[in-house]
Amino acid sequence: MSVTASPVLDRLDELRATVAAADAVVPVGARTHWEVGNPAAGGVEVRAPAGIVAYDPAELTVTAGAGTTVAELAAVLGDAGQESPLDPRDATATVGGVVATGLSGPRRLRYGPLRDRVLEVRFVTADGRLVKGGGPTVKNVTGYDVPRLLVGSLGTIGVLVQVTLRCQPRARFARWFTSTADPFDARRRMFRPSCVAWDGATTRVLLEGHPDDVAAEASAAGLDPGAGVDAVLADAGPPWPDGPHRGRISVRPSRLRGVAPALDGIDGLGWLAEVGVGTVHVAAADPDGLVAARRVAAAHGGWLLREAGAPHVDGYGGPPPNLAILERIRAAFDPTGKLSPGRLPGEPAPAAPSAR
Amino acid sequence: MCFPASGPDVAAAVRVAARHDRSFVARGSGTGLAGGATPVGDPLVIVTTHLTRILEVNAEEGYAWVEPGVLNLDLSRAVHHLGLHYAPDPSSQQACTIGGNVATNAGGPHCLASGVTAMHVLAAEVVLGDGSTAMLGGLAPDQPGYDLRGCFVGSEGTMGIATRIAVRLLPDPPAVRTLLLDFTSIESAAATVSGIIADGIVPAALEMMDAEITRAVEDYVGAGYPRDAAAVLLVELDGLPAGVAAQVEAVRRVGTEHGARTVRVAADDAERALLWKGRKSAFGAIARIAPDYYLHDAVVPRTRLVDVLRSVYEIAGEYDLTMMNVFHAGDGNLHPLIVFDQRDPGIWERVHAAGDAILRTCVDAGGVLSGEHGIGLEKREAMPLVFTADDLDAQARLRDAFDPSGRANPQKILPRGSRCGEMQRVPEGAWV
Repeated sequence: MSVTASPVLDRLDELRATVAAADAVVPVGARTHWEVGNPAAGGVEVRAPAGIVAYDPAELTVTAGAGTTVAELAAVLGDAGQESPLDPRDATATVGGVVATGLSGPRRLRYGPLRDRVLEVRFVTADGRLVKGGGPTVKNVTGYDVPRLLVGSLGTIGVLVQVTLRCQPRARFARWFTSTADPFDARRRMFRPSCVAWDGATTRVLLEGHPDDVAAEASAAGLDPGAGVDAVLADAGPPWPDGPHRGRISVRPSRLRGVAPALDGIDGLGWLAEVGVGTVHVAAADPDGLVAARRVAAAHGGWLLREAGAPHVDGYGGPPPNLAILERIRAAFDPTGKLSPGRLPGEPAPAAPSAR
Repeated sequence: MCFPASGPDVAAAVRVAARHDRSFVARGSGTGLAGGATPVGDPLVIVTTHLTRILEVNAEEGYAWVEPGVLNLDLSRAVHHLGLHYAPDPSSQQACTIGGNVATNAGGPHCLASGVTAMHVLAAEVVLGDGSTAMLGGLAPDQPGYDLRGCFVGSEGTMGIATRIAVRLLPDPPAVRTLLLDFTSIESAAATVSGIIADGIVPAALEMMDAEITRAVEDYVGAGYPRDAAAVLLVELDGLPAGVAAQVEAVRRVGTEHGARTVRVAADDAERALLWKGRKSAFGAIARIAPDYYLHDAVVPRTRLVDVLRSVYEIAGEYDLTMMNVFHAGDGNLHPLIVFDQRDPGIWERVHAAGDAILRTCVDAGGVLSGEHGIGLEKREAMPLVFTADDLDAQARLRDAFDPSGRANPQKILPRGSRCGEMQRVPEGAWV
């Protein structure tokens, strides 16, 4: 299935010209991930094309314009009994937006991080060239892993216009279980749960697979089958904490035991931890709550990424490791720093450039 | 050549190379098939075979810190008693090092469901071209900034040398079943592969062997493979018991529908091991046919397997070569194996010409140049078959940003003329 003939790639002339000519460029999707890290300082807004370019269920791969929404992608794959579990909190997000922020969904425990799902990327460089990285097959070591560079690059390497993702058959049965069981103990008793979410009081476990296996696993882990809720679709995620100021903590999975009580001590903070992964989703009533949660993360060797709100709080909490390498890569692809200026960690927010 | 005994030794060696303005190349067991570790020019060769310590195993969090010279299979053996394993299992796993696996982003039969090396490396401490040390990635799920760890894996030593690697360890599956299906035509075997995927099953492994290699293997190890089969499929299913049992029946049904003569389900671990021994001994078995072989590695879309295999056999006929196929059918990763005797006059020209024709066939079918061996020196000049000048320029920018010194294993992966500056001096098409 060659994807050289692509309606997405065939209508890029205007976008390429715009990117090449502008002093500052900001790729825009659905704005659901607009504030992740630091928001862009401003610039000419460009949009990637939408639409499924190629999908053959027998290949377990799908190619789509970066502007395609996750909901549309999920619907197309779902019709063939497949999925590519990006699982963003809001399925109106675009595929390109999810890939550019690199944020993994709640089923990471079983299916791995988002970065493992992206096989090929097409992007427009700062000087308006169209570049391909990776390849369309499920297995590929032909050259440097440019797709992994693009995942989480927040629009600073190029404007993503098309991506190829790995798909998988959807599990025939899926069920969320709720329990008061210790989540760490419960997880040890199961083979490969899809998600073990914990808010300090309730353990919620997503199991997928053969119904008999799901029942046996739930029983072994001491989960209450009566409280189960069917959930196969990507949009049936766990109960995310809600609040105007949101972020996600990343710590070693074993540190969650220490992180949890410390977060409980922060006023007005809601949190949900992915046990076994080390991600904690937090939501605060005021920006100070997010800052306090960041201090907890740092005390446990981790960090907090600001996802929304708290406009005066730095998106990352300080310069990242290996800043010199990051800066060299950024400069190699975008010498004038015109792509999504200010979004990268360690990059000072420039004065808003004049939009043309 | 030097044999460092620690990470700081590696850094010191790289600094010595820098002082004398010499390039350097890391070398593990030397099992690589694309020449990634082959010294070109006069580099300092930094051999990692003395860096063999497993530094830490953490069963609760499911990872191990290892030195780059640890052998792939030794790691899985060391954690076996904990009910854990390291998933990537290249055929050379008894001899190849984890450091080499990281350099090539190695695969193996079990990468169909579990994924290649890049999905199993959490962090790597690396010595860069200037002798400085950097920690890429980490044990927390995400790091701020670009995924440098992801860029490093598969860079074939051109971004630096890993001195400590944190790899993911997976829990052993509670149930494992291994099946051998045999067919009277390669087409029906390939159709079974597609049928299994279409049935919603992604096996742990899905391997195909053609008639010639099946006979060679059976004569060599006596695993009970049918000697008269046109093709056999080795299918492994793992997971929880009810799901695995249902999948065994589904594979049996799909295979029978597509004309499988027999479906043999290994009764116990001993029989499973025997079936796998056949597959993993393939490259030893062919030594009984001819003294030399050239093993290719390319990936095609699964749905093109039959067409491409047919072309591969035609190419063998055209160049009067013995060609065998043993490969990872589930992910479309072909391994055409040309068996020959290098004492035959003119044989190398034919072997190379046939190999080139195979690569072009795979690319024309929408495939890529390598699924798990890498580019190294072998396929460097073929890169323009799948990448434009702009694509290659982007890769060169990434590489040079990691190693501005250009001393880390130069002349590998990228063809001459990949950088825009170079390109202007080279006439179009000159590197093909």
